[in-house]
Amino acid sequence: MSISAYARGSLTGLSACLLLVCSACATRTPTAAATGAPQVGGAPLPVLRREDVLWLERVTFGLDSTTVADYQRLGRERFLAAQLHAVDRPLPAPIAATIAAMEVTHIDSQATLADVAARNKALGALPEGADRELARKTLGDHGNELAYEAIRRDLLRAVYSESQLQEQMIWFWLNHFSVYQHKANVRWVIGDYEERAIRPHALGSFKDLVLATLEHPAMLQYLDNQQNAAGHVNENYARELMELHTLGVGGGYSQGDVQQLALVLTGVGINTGEPPRLKPELRPLYRRHGAFEFNPARHDFSAKILFGVPVRGQGFAEVENAVALIVAQPTCARFIARELATYFVSDNPPPALVARMARTFQQSNGDIAAVLHTLFTAREFDASLGGKFKDPMRFVVSSVRFAYDGRAISNVKPMLNWLNSLGEAPYGRQTPDGYPMTELNWASSGQLSRRFEIARAIGSGNAGLFDAEQGTTAGAAGFPQLSNRLYFEAVEPFLLAKTRDALGRANSQQEWNTFLLSSPEFSYE
Amino acid sequence: MNRRHLLQALGAAALGGGQIGRLYAAPTSGPRFLLVFLRGGYDSTNLLIPYSSSYYYEARPNIAVPRPDTASSTGALALDADWALAPAVRDTIGALYLQKQAAFVPFVGTEDLTRSHFETQDSIELGQPLSGSRNYRSGFLGRLADTLAGSRPAASIAFTDAMPLAFAGTSTVPNLSLKNVGKPAFDERQARILSDMYGGHHLEGAVTNGLELRHDVAQEFADEMRAANRDAINTKGFELEAERMAMLMRDKYRIGFIDVGGWDTHVGEGAAQGSLPTNLASLGRGLQTFSQTLGSAWQDTVVVVLSEFGRTFRENGNRGTDHGHGTVYWVLGGAIKGGVIAGEQQVVSRATLFQDRDYPVLNDYRGVLGGLFRSLWGMSSAQSAAVFPQRAPVDLKLV
Repeated sequence: MSISAYARGSLTGLSACLLLVCSACATRTPTAAATGAPQVGGAPLPVLRREDVLWLERVTFGLDSTTVADYQRLGRERFLAAQLHAVDRPLPAPIAATIAAMEVTHIDSQATLADVAARNKALGALPEGADRELARKTLGDHGNELAYEAIRRDLLRAVYSESQLQEQMIWFWLNHFSVYQHKANVRWVIGDYEERAIRPHALGSFKDLVLATLEHPAMLQYLDNQQNAAGHVNENYARELMELHTLGVGGGYSQGDVQQLALVLTGVGINTGEPPRLKPELRPLYRRHGAFEFNPARHDFSAKILFGVPVRGQGFAEVENAVALIVAQPTCARFIARELATYFVSDNPPPALVARMARTFQQSNGDIAAVLHTLFTAREFDASLGGKFKDPMRFVVSSVRFAYDGRAISNVKPMLNWLNSLGEAPYGRQTPDGYPMTELNWASSGQLSRRFEIARAIGSGNAGLFDAEQGTTAGAAGFPQLSNRLYFEAVEPFLLAKTRDALGRANSQQEWNTFLLSSPEFSYE
Repeated sequence: MNRRHLLQALGAAALGGGQIGRLYAAPTSGPRFLLVFLRGGYDSTNLLIPYSSSYYYEARPNIAVPRPDTASSTGALALDADWALAPAVRDTIGALYLQKQAAFVPFVGTEDLTRSHFETQDSIELGQPLSGSRNYRSGFLGRLADTLAGSRPAASIAFTDAMPLAFAGTSTVPNLSLKNVGKPAFDERQARILSDMYGGHHLEGAVTNGLELRHDVAQEFADEMRAANRDAINTKGFELEAERMAMLMRDKYRIGFIDVGGWDTHVGEGAAQGSLPTNLASLGRGLQTFSQTLGSAWQDTVVVVLSEFGRTFRENGNRGTDHGHGTVYWVLGGAIKGGVIAGEQQVVSRATLFQDRDYPVLNDYRGVLGGLFRSLWGMSSAQSAAVFPQRAPVDLKLV
């Protein structure tokens, strides 16, 4: 018998039968009825094979019953098409209602930053003292609250959205175009950054995505380009735009190109107040939407040369041309293909696969969904299944998806605490390179023992996931039942002997949960 | 449960690789080495100030640190006729310098010209020749630990949340941040079950080491935590980490690594005061605490503080500095021949800037570190070559 007596004791009669059937099977050839597979309209759904489970774990943030049923109903090909193209599917009603009630859902950067500026100004006018301190604290708390709402919304979508691949891609791009919430006023606008710069383009055109991040006040503040002006050049963003966002280091640009691109980017900044007074000849070149502003009076109009191509001084059109030039470089296609393959396929993605993805990138003008289609249908992808170590985000989200299987949590603070503790705080990467995506960076001895501690926190109680967000009302008590139907359908049949043995030595359901979430099978996908 | 019991409890796993015991083989003698990596490219020009260069004051109209003034006990500290030390570390690192327990190596760095933080940090931590393909599974501290393991065990540790690339290639080196240390989550039986679950898995060593170290450190600091409740003086932040590092290195480890972030000062870095001086002051206090906590062990300890590159010699448009090239390393230790500015040097002027932008590299970091290691451990040429292939050690006569 391979499952602990404790887990067996916690099962319902039906599941217990199923357990007996399964664990008695030497090979995986039970009938659908015997596995208890969900049935639609009376027709049995196909039995999950190990490669189906691993495939699903990789394409999504982890298994839950809805995703599994979707996959069984649609088959792999149609499931993938839906994930790539049918985005923004409706969320479960309680989650949708929670998000609709958030302040961050109803504001934009322009209004927010204008409000912050006004309140800061009013603050400055107050005499030193308790009132001023209170106003300062109120303002700071509001900014923190907005940042928290943005993170809360991200995590709820990651756990509950049926558009699982879209949510993974949003995480991927937020990490690729990483911003740090604790710099300048970035925390006020990360919700808008995710919603308006990243989300609309996550499976769309890469060039549009680059331009959307380039114009967003979160990025403009984070990498200092709002301060980049003719005569006061700051090359921080210009460098990272090429090194981290598009071409990769060694992607064929020189220090000279960095300096030239910095000049191209002069005048690209933020304005939440009155437009500047401009000379008549400059007025047609002025651009503004939302908090983004291109101010030609701050632009360096000298002639530039980028990658050997002359760029005539002409204002913001230079920026658009430069971005078009950059994303059309073969090195850009290769760099983005490799980044995607590192996240979705392997820490060392097969060069042939990267080359095919890069070709798709170039042939489709940087169509992200097309590149991902090449990736997910590649034989190299199938061959890689089960070998990718989950980064903390994948670990935490897949744990909650698995443990609560669609049941709506009311408080994401425990999830945020777990991510912080595992070293992958959302919008918390101080450096612009984003979090690493490889096992080498997440599976050191210190990180593994920390992960087991988090596994224990998840497995031993509800950890406050069902508490009210505001106040101290305790929600439902108890711990998750990980030995659920999903477990017997998609996890138990494929457990390794050593894991079965460990589970069998558990003294309680909580301990059993802890071991399962700590197991190699749950750490890899 | 004491450490011996835990070791016994984990014994089954340890037997497999025969590596676990080595971790805890407390060395009885031999040098200690701590590498402090300042991530972000700290502005070394405002740490070791080239005050005899008028061009320094021209190039940094808003952020130059004022010339040292012998009448002042709070300004920059003149180290010689050309160089002065930032006021922010005057009382800490400056004091060590005056006791000949600190030295600086200017114009040091890598051949890496990408001026990318991440690329250059990687090249330094790997410590491999730039020509040829990189092996991301072989960092220079890992090679150092392995090289020394042959004759004298060199117990190593990274005081970081993630394993730094510098230790890549050694499966036996544990990592643990000392920012927060608390009770371990698992008892002996649970730790054994978790280790067993990974038996034969490639993560087995890391799983077992992690559980063991967590337990060990909690025990090490149990006294500290008890004392902290009564002690009115409460060290915080990097100082507290440095104090804990010193306790572990005094008793258990010979090679340590820590990184400190927050040095990428593109905007408003400050001159004598401001964000950079605040960071430097905290670092200086931490290293002073480290030296004091080590006690007599400070005599056989060497600390090197380094960063991926220096910054632009001129201030940028935002009273900050952008990515540069050559930088300044610090060498500290109770018995070093300090109180000097070491290595190849040149006059600081506009004409001598590299690419009219930043400091040149006159001292290759692999040669400098290799020289220190050779003197510290009395390494053979073969051992030196194993740590830094294709780069001969350079003896700066500091150790």
